[in-house]
Amino acid sequence: MIEEEKNTETKSKNKKQTPIIEIRDLHKTFGKDNTVLKGVNLMVNKGEDLVILGRSGSGKSVMIKCIVGLIEPDKGEIKVFDENVLNLSKKELNKIRVKIGFLFQSGALYDSMSVRENLAFTLRAHKRELTEDVVENEVIEALESVGLGGAIDKMPSELSGGMRKRIGLARTLIINPEIILYDEPTTGLDTITSREISELILDIKHKQKTSSIIITHDMACAKMTADRIIVLKDGIIHAEGTYEELEKDEDEWVRSFFD
Amino acid sequence: MILSLKNTFAQIGDAALFAKRFFKEVFIPPYEVKEFLKQCYVIGYKSLPLVTITGFIMGLVLTLQSRPTLVKFGAESWLPGMVALSLIREIAPVITALICAGKISSGIGAELGSMKVTEQIDAMEVSAINPYNYLVVTRILACTLMVPILVFYADAIGIIGGYVGINIHGDVNFYRYLTQIIQSLDFLDVIPAAIKTFFFGYFIGMIGCYKGFNAENGTESVGRAANSAVVTASLSIFIIDMVAVQITDLFF
Repeated sequence: MIEEEKNTETKSKNKKQTPIIEIRDLHKTFGKDNTVLKGVNLMVNKGEDLVILGRSGSGKSVMIKCIVGLIEPDKGEIKVFDENVLNLSKKELNKIRVKIGFLFQSGALYDSMSVRENLAFTLRAHKRELTEDVVENEVIEALESVGLGGAIDKMPSELSGGMRKRIGLARTLIINPEIILYDEPTTGLDTITSREISELILDIKHKQKTSSIIITHDMACAKMTADRIIVLKDGIIHAEGTYEELEKDEDEWVRSFFD
Repeated sequence: MILSLKNTFAQIGDAALFAKRFFKEVFIPPYEVKEFLKQCYVIGYKSLPLVTITGFIMGLVLTLQSRPTLVKFGAESWLPGMVALSLIREIAPVITALICAGKISSGIGAELGSMKVTEQIDAMEVSAINPYNYLVVTRILACTLMVPILVFYADAIGIIGGYVGINIHGDVNFYRYLTQIIQSLDFLDVIPAAIKTFFFGYFIGMIGCYKGFNAENGTESVGRAANSAVVTASLSIFIIDMVAVQITDLFF
């Protein structure tokens, strides 16, 4: 047991040497005075699952949207695979984006397309040379990896919230991303489905060796998936550590998440 | 007041940039042929029943309303030519474009607005898919090509409506009716009217896409985008028509 812990510690030390996402002094204000990020600094290492906690409106989603270039920050630096995404052209940014998967809170499935088309459309956009047979096989494989092979012909409107998130995850996985950003993956789901999604996140990490940022309010999900947790408060990082470390933290704000 | 004026000008500038982007993106691959054909089907084919009914009524009513005046002046024989001229030059293009503004522009505004609100457009963006190319270019292009076809179709149906209208009070042979129409039509009656329909189509598509693409977060904004798309597109049709008539008047 002790040996296993040591191995884990050694592994985590090795991981620290290869940062895959680096955020420095990130600022973002909406409108005149709605400042959500006031100089956030963080780093995600290769193979690491980083969980971000914080109250609604604390800038968690804004931060991950800045990483993929959906929102432009006012100030700061975001390095992904050693490239500052804020200085990249659209074409260069898209080269980075294909290595990043993004699971939206609602799943963000394309309503006018069936589940098959949702996945095939994303895959074809990146690999136009693939034949229909290959696309079909990859779609089936991705759906089976999230346990929803039978939903291939369904329309998004026929799916439950949990299924939409799983399909959204399958659509993310089909392009084999190296980083996955999860925006509240278990919000709005029942306890059992939430646990299934958390297990899926863990499974993806182990099978596909991905690095992740997971934004969640679900402490069970955080406990299962987090290698490290960051707590955001008033636009800055208030606390950082493993689940076990933060659980014992004396700070009242941090404790409020665990109680 | 000044702030509101400033916002209006900012929005016009933003819309102009959005419109300009179409001419750049339309030539940049990938060419979304499948989506373009799907939009042609939705915008063109699916509008046929509505255009058929309104086109027929336009021709019929125009004939029935114009007949008494022409009879008063003993010019009843001019009726087919007058109906055709009014339909082709003005009524069919404007009415069909207004119908398209109501049906297509609002539909596009609501569809793209809902995609924006439910983060589907963001999902495309983060998957390195160009949403402007896939959603906007295909819809504007389909509108620009389908609206003139719908107008041409409405012209034909309106002429048939006119024939029915004439035969309510009289007995005119269809061949003679058509001959009278063709004799009264000039090349310059058709071309300027046809050209302006491409502009109608472009603006109907562009305004629907712009309003939907720029919908704010929240489901309420979807309805607002659709409503605003109809109002702005309808207004733009009248403005384009006014400019087109002035230009035609100036040159021909």
